[in-house]
Amino acid sequence: MGSLFRSEEMTLCQLFLQSEAAYACVSELGELGLVQFRDLNPDVNAFQRKFVNEVRRCDEMERKLRYLEKEIRRDGIPMLEIPGECPEAPQPREMIDLEATFEKLENELREVNQNAEALKRNYLELTELKHILRKTQVFFDEHEGGASTTESMTRALISDDPNRHMGHVQLGLRDKQESLEFLPCFVAGVILRERIPAFERMLWRACRGNVFLRQAEIDSPLEDPSSSDQVYKSVFIIFFQGDQLKTRVKKICEGFRATLYPCPEAPADRREMAMGVMTRIEDLNTVLGQTQDHRHRVLVAAAKNIKNWFVKVRKIKAIYHTLNLFNLDVTQKCLIAECWVPALDLETIQLALRRGTERSGSSVPPILNRMETLEDPPTYNRTNKFTSAFQNLIYAYGVATYREVNPAPYTIITFPFLFAVMFGDLGHGAIMAVFGFWMCYKEKPLQAKRIDSEIWHIFFGGRYIILLMGLFSMYTGLIYNDIFSKSLNIFGSSWRNNYNASTLASNRLLQLNPDSDDYLQYPYPFGIDPVWQLAEANKIIFMNAYKMKISIIIGVFHMLFGVCLSLWNHIYFKRRTSIYVEFVPQIVFLTLLFFYMVLLMFIKWTTYGSTPGHFGSQEPEIVKTSAFCAPSILITFINMMLFKTDENTRPQCDDVMYSGQMALQKLFVIVALLCVPIMLFGKPYFIMMEQKQRARQGHQPVEGAAENGTAGGAPVPAGGHHDEEITEVFIHQGIHTIEYVLGSVSHTASYLRLWALSLAHAQLAEVAWNMLLRKGLMSTDFQGGIFLYIVFAGWAAISVSILVLMEGLSAFLHTLRLHWVEFQSKFYAGEGYLFQPFSFEIILDSAGQAEE
Amino acid sequence: MGYSVIPIVVFTVLWGVVGVICPIFAPKGPNRGIIQVVLMLTAATCWLFWLCAYMAQMNPLIGPRLNNETLIWISRTWGNAMNKTAA
Repeated sequence: MGSLFRSEEMTLCQLFLQSEAAYACVSELGELGLVQFRDLNPDVNAFQRKFVNEVRRCDEMERKLRYLEKEIRRDGIPMLEIPGECPEAPQPREMIDLEATFEKLENELREVNQNAEALKRNYLELTELKHILRKTQVFFDEHEGGASTTESMTRALISDDPNRHMGHVQLGLRDKQESLEFLPCFVAGVILRERIPAFERMLWRACRGNVFLRQAEIDSPLEDPSSSDQVYKSVFIIFFQGDQLKTRVKKICEGFRATLYPCPEAPADRREMAMGVMTRIEDLNTVLGQTQDHRHRVLVAAAKNIKNWFVKVRKIKAIYHTLNLFNLDVTQKCLIAECWVPALDLETIQLALRRGTERSGSSVPPILNRMETLEDPPTYNRTNKFTSAFQNLIYAYGVATYREVNPAPYTIITFPFLFAVMFGDLGHGAIMAVFGFWMCYKEKPLQAKRIDSEIWHIFFGGRYIILLMGLFSMYTGLIYNDIFSKSLNIFGSSWRNNYNASTLASNRLLQLNPDSDDYLQYPYPFGIDPVWQLAEANKIIFMNAYKMKISIIIGVFHMLFGVCLSLWNHIYFKRRTSIYVEFVPQIVFLTLLFFYMVLLMFIKWTTYGSTPGHFGSQEPEIVKTSAFCAPSILITFINMMLFKTDENTRPQCDDVMYSGQMALQKLFVIVALLCVPIMLFGKPYFIMMEQKQRARQGHQPVEGAAENGTAGGAPVPAGGHHDEEITEVFIHQGIHTIEYVLGSVSHTASYLRLWALSLAHAQLAEVAWNMLLRKGLMSTDFQGGIFLYIVFAGWAAISVSILVLMEGLSAFLHTLRLHWVEFQSKFYAGEGYLFQPFSFEIILDSAGQAEE
Repeated sequence: MGYSVIPIVVFTVLWGVVGVICPIFAPKGPNRGIIQVVLMLTAATCWLFWLCAYMAQMNPLIGPRLNNETLIWISRTWGNAMNKTAA
């Protein structure tokens, strides 16, 4: 049975599970995904439930796994994912093994990481020292030959750059004066390159220019071990005198996070030190390599299983979460659960429970009891990949009330159709259809790719809608005879040119006359005649008349369809009175007024026109059915509503479209207006009658289910509030009636958006063609070819981005509105709540998405 | 009353087959109902849309107003070469 027409029948069941079998049974149910558990201890907070410990352990495991995953990602090791393979939830006892494994892995990894970090830090220090030695070597080498190295060096450094420091003269003077007691010293270190300017300034200010700084950049970037970023650093060397300055300089270095290294003064020492550093770096390198290798091995081993582990842990967690919803029975031997179950699936659920019991080795079978309830069951529509997108469009408005008519199956076609009426263009439709088809055809690989973009998800989720919208747009495009604003002449136009050469030469614009041989007197067989796309002068006039009429025609049919669906609801819920006092007057009202207007359109289309053989005749009989006498439907309709007749301004024409029109129209309007009080007072009257009858029979509580709209509705509170309630019913009914009556008018007008958007689309397409591609096509020579090439790119870009994407989006939204408001307001309550089964698939999916 | 029987019959039969005959042979299974509804509604909407386009043109009240160049092109390509003689 196509359950999509109505939501599935649900039953509330009670489930008794042996404590030892509960885990396995719930796991089986999770695989099945057809059971919605109810929380039986809503008052107990999350920390006081029975299986809190287990849930916490699972959380801990998940945390470890996430840590592992992060490390794996950092090393760029591919994680093995076998599509389609999904491990079952492991036994509870396996949890300990898993925990142990994760614990071991985490510890190992942390240890390795710690070691690696320490080693790296060491390595960094050594490298920095190496650089210092190398750079300072350069400083010192520049002043070779001085007797006392330090002194000569100091001097050389000062004279090295006379313009650099203001204080050099001062320093130099003092240098000479105090040369005897003067013991210049220096510190060398490494600092982040971007800190150099501030560092220099600070030194200068704090030491009043009594220090001297030299710096050199280290060319290759160094790795920062804590964040593993690549940073650029500089070597510096600071010369100063005296202890006071020394402490000050050291403080500043500390403040700027510069690392200081000992640097021997003697060149021989330095060389020796450099050698030592080099060997130590080499040693460190081998150790580091081995550490990295080890880490890599551990991670590769973990990467093979990590997805699997994630699934297992999440399943265990989900099971314990569910078990937390259960009640313990008095004997503590068994768990009690309450769940909503689709009635059709009771068998499969029983089977799953039996499997679970067998797996756990328990001897007592679980018991599944149906329960009676007054609660509204959840709404569950079984969808497949094709129907789910349409169902989601409906759910976006509101979840259907339990067992009410579901608009989704009808939406599958009416939605793309109404969209296509607005988007009618063979070319644009084809682009859309090809895109939709590609997504449907490459469904599996695209799904496996897991493209992480919200817009893509929306498109991909609606791939079947897009495909159908594209196909229908191609059909309506063919009917509109519109392909990128050009027409196709497949069957041969019905219009001919009978003007002679001289007339053509002397007039720029000429109108073909339908009341002559210009028109072959039978229409183009499929769609709009191609001549209209060429008639730049009055194409819009013709198309507007046509499109406005079809908008109203389609709209009235759509609304009538919606009202008819309400009949199925009334029949199903056994609301007999509603049929008589709601459905019947509603459909009569809509038919007599708006469907009658549609009929008038068809009458106008068939009655007024040329008579072959009597072209241009002035005979009264022929004139009466000629185009000259065609009345305006809109004026006719307005006059009908106002009981008014316009003065006949065309004496040779009849003022009615058929005999007896006036009387019939008056009858229609009166009957339609009479329907309003029936809608307004009918239902409250019947309810009052019923209550009186009940009162006469005595005050027994009677199930008022049938009148209250729900099959298993709450019992009507008898007597007492009866007055209050009846006023409520009146107000409710009044609102509904006003909504319906006014809605009929405004909704009919609302369908004119079909015309407006279709017109806008056609006009935009024409502008794009005329302003761009046409210019390109009209240019000649080989430059013209290049020009056309560029112009085509622009035209194609505009066609896809504006006409297909943006116009498509706006047409989509308007279609959505037409369905939600104009169509569904006629029958759809949408007051239900969604069935949310306990299913591993859904849980894993959402967990996977949250992670990305 | 300008209409020709052939297109009306052809398209009505075509959509009739889709909307009435095809649903009878819809594959059995849980989705039979959906397939039937889809076919019937497709036929109904497409037929109605075609019908409106056809009927709107059965008795044109106005004729297309064309550029004289377009008219010359029309006479060349769609037949009915221009009357050279003055009419």
